[in-house]
Amino acid sequence: MITVKFSASLRDLTGDDKEIEVEAPTVRKLISLLDERYPGIGDRLSEATSVAINGEILPDALYEAIPDGAEVHFLATIAGG
Amino acid sequence: MTMTEEPTGAPSYKWVGSRSVRPDGLDKVTGKAQFGADLKLPNMLEGAVTRSPHAHAKIISIDTTAAEAMAGVHAVVTAADLPDLAEAGAKTDDIFMSEKILARSKVLWEGHPVAAVAATSREIARAAAAAIVVEYEPLPHVLTVTEALADGAPVLHESMMTRGVDPAPETASNAASRAVHERGDLDKGFADADVVLEREYTTKPVHQGYIEPHACVADAGQDGRANLFVSSQGHFSMRAMTATTLGWDPSQLNVTPAEIGGGFGGKTTIYLEPLAVRLSTKAGRPVRLVMGRDEVFKATGPTSGSHMKIKMGITNDGQITAAQIWMAFEAGAFPGSPVGAAGMTAIACYTVPNFFIEGFDVVCNKPKVAAYRAPGAPIIAYGVESIIDELCLAIDMDPIDVRLKNAAVEGTQASYGPEFPRIGFVETLEAIRDSEHYRSPVPEGYGRGVASGFWFNIGGNSTATVHVNEDGNVNVITGSPDIGGSRASMALFAAEEFGIDVGRVSTKIADTQTIGFNDVTGGSRVTLATGKVVIDCCRTIKQDLRRRAAKTWDCEIDDVEWVEGQAQHASGTETPLSLADLAAKASRTGGPISVTQSDNVRGAGAGFTTQLVDLEIDDETGVCRVARYTTAQDAGKAIHPSYVEGQMQGGVVQGIGWAFNEEYIHRTDGTLDNPSFLDYRIPVASDLPMIETIVVEVPNPNHPYGVRGVGEAGIVPPMAAIGNAIERGTGCRLNDLPMSPIRLLDAINHRH
Repeated sequence: MITVKFSASLRDLTGDDKEIEVEAPTVRKLISLLDERYPGIGDRLSEATSVAINGEILPDALYEAIPDGAEVHFLATIAGG
Repeated sequence: MTMTEEPTGAPSYKWVGSRSVRPDGLDKVTGKAQFGADLKLPNMLEGAVTRSPHAHAKIISIDTTAAEAMAGVHAVVTAADLPDLAEAGAKTDDIFMSEKILARSKVLWEGHPVAAVAATSREIARAAAAAIVVEYEPLPHVLTVTEALADGAPVLHESMMTRGVDPAPETASNAASRAVHERGDLDKGFADADVVLEREYTTKPVHQGYIEPHACVADAGQDGRANLFVSSQGHFSMRAMTATTLGWDPSQLNVTPAEIGGGFGGKTTIYLEPLAVRLSTKAGRPVRLVMGRDEVFKATGPTSGSHMKIKMGITNDGQITAAQIWMAFEAGAFPGSPVGAAGMTAIACYTVPNFFIEGFDVVCNKPKVAAYRAPGAPIIAYGVESIIDELCLAIDMDPIDVRLKNAAVEGTQASYGPEFPRIGFVETLEAIRDSEHYRSPVPEGYGRGVASGFWFNIGGNSTATVHVNEDGNVNVITGSPDIGGSRASMALFAAEEFGIDVGRVSTKIADTQTIGFNDVTGGSRVTLATGKVVIDCCRTIKQDLRRRAAKTWDCEIDDVEWVEGQAQHASGTETPLSLADLAAKASRTGGPISVTQSDNVRGAGAGFTTQLVDLEIDDETGVCRVARYTTAQDAGKAIHPSYVEGQMQGGVVQGIGWAFNEEYIHRTDGTLDNPSFLDYRIPVASDLPMIETIVVEVPNPNHPYGVRGVGEAGIVPPMAAIGNAIERGTGCRLNDLPMSPIRLLDAINHRH
């Protein structure tokens, strides 16, 4: 099981859920599962988001594996100057 | 000065950490280096751009007849010469980018390009650009977030509905989006505080101030391809954006990077490039386009102006209990301010259990903003670090001690979500606290201020090629434009890995056809990410060299070690083989010695900084002199200390200019009143003392040499540090940037 924590910017789709536990071996599978539970979140998470898995921020992480027990956050993609 | 955390058994390096001679220095000081405007091609034409005189207007008609009839004019382009991406159903961001390059139906800021001309001389091109007749219907404009968000404000984009608001709005506004970060119980947090302060802050747009204006040369062929020579922070990104705007495939363009005279984020986007290519395709000749300084100010991307409201609570023993932030950032004519990053960085330095952070991205009739060194973070830090200092004064507690008490450490859940890995914020605070500067008394008539800052740093896509020439010297080829010394660092990595003198390593930044893909040089990523692929190339080659030596000696590879630049047989019975020895016989042992590696590099280590300033304040004039400035920043590992120090100092200096002088000044008609360095005052060397640097090294565990990016964090604290010094020196708190002499004098005069 992994723990997904939702930022406040997603609360319009996740309602009162600030975090959930799911089984998802990859980020792609996770987004698909989340979209079933919170319709519309799939598109939001696919646009310019990075994923933090156990604290490591990964841009372009759609195919990334998620280890069991991981904590996952979705973040806005960080650009720089 | 360097303060290093050395893990047990950490290696000492021979080359990494040394101050090698910079590889680009001779060419730059002798004028040999080619910047964007320096390339001259046979039959090259010169370009000029026709720009809107209005801040907001409909385009009724564009008549290019007179321009086209002028002797010496070979091409004129308008938006009609670019594909209509809106009609093609392209992504909104691409449509906006195309409309930024050439206005189609509306102009959205003074300076918005409307047409471009290529002619046999710059004078003719400018005259032709001025001869293009554009009929406008002026519209009311908005210049600030307050104006743009006001009820009844003129709307820039009729279909823009604010994203991130629930319920979704049904009418268009100038608020493009809203982003929120939240944790805990805000009411309880403020109730737990002994002192709660609320403040408002405003900042103005400021420009990155690069000395080299935007410039490019395009040379289109008859085969639907073009070469582009351009000064930028990322020629692959320039290729992609230019191709999208032209309706081309990226591979139709070959982009060669020029030397760059400063970028700081402002050269990560396109302005002239599609115009130059399109003019070149129409003229059948190369075209050079170079911006004047006024064009740089009027028509490239500054960073945002802003309005921020911050409320923060603290206990009498220094525990921050709650933070509430509302902020609106100017995006300019199209969405995309750094308000999102500001929301993420606002309180990232600290463990704050209860917070609500709300940020709005707001369009207005100014140029679309571009990245500027840690985009968004310096703006919000001005507010947060200022209010923290006021709270320190309210509870009579040392500002370093308060920050130490609340500091984010390894395992802290960052305000933007994930837990921090090993970070060095505490070490920067301790470095300042223990510095001779901080321990020295504050001179009479001076004010002393402290502030801290954070930037994520990023990794990303990089490709490198390393090859060993037949003379044993090494070439390192990357695709990362060097804006801060990265070529020197790449050479140091190769020298360290191979165990050879750094003078035997040469570096090159290759064009988009010659090297694989690279993300932009930005986000403080290159020493980490491109450095890692260079290191990977070298380590792969070392394995190959061991194999070649084994073949030479007819032994097993496990019998071969690579030590200090040569292959050695473990038994000691063979004469060692140097790089030159192995390279000279490469064709016998497997062919040329060359490796290319690509990676989407992860593991960027966050960067923290704490800074200290002493201001000598003249309360008869409001003029402040920076008497002393010390910055401590965590570099992970300083690969080339001089460059690291330079990045630290550069960020500080830009922050000082932002604090005291820099602002875009608009007239009521929406036109820019100060589009020159005469009236837009950036610091020069004679304004400032030597910025003292303390390079803190808390290694990033995810990089072979412990690197953390250093290019950006340094600009985050200076405005607040200076504001804090002003208050502590005068009793006056300025909450509006810039804190110019006129404004400070006014505050001093109203002090009593």
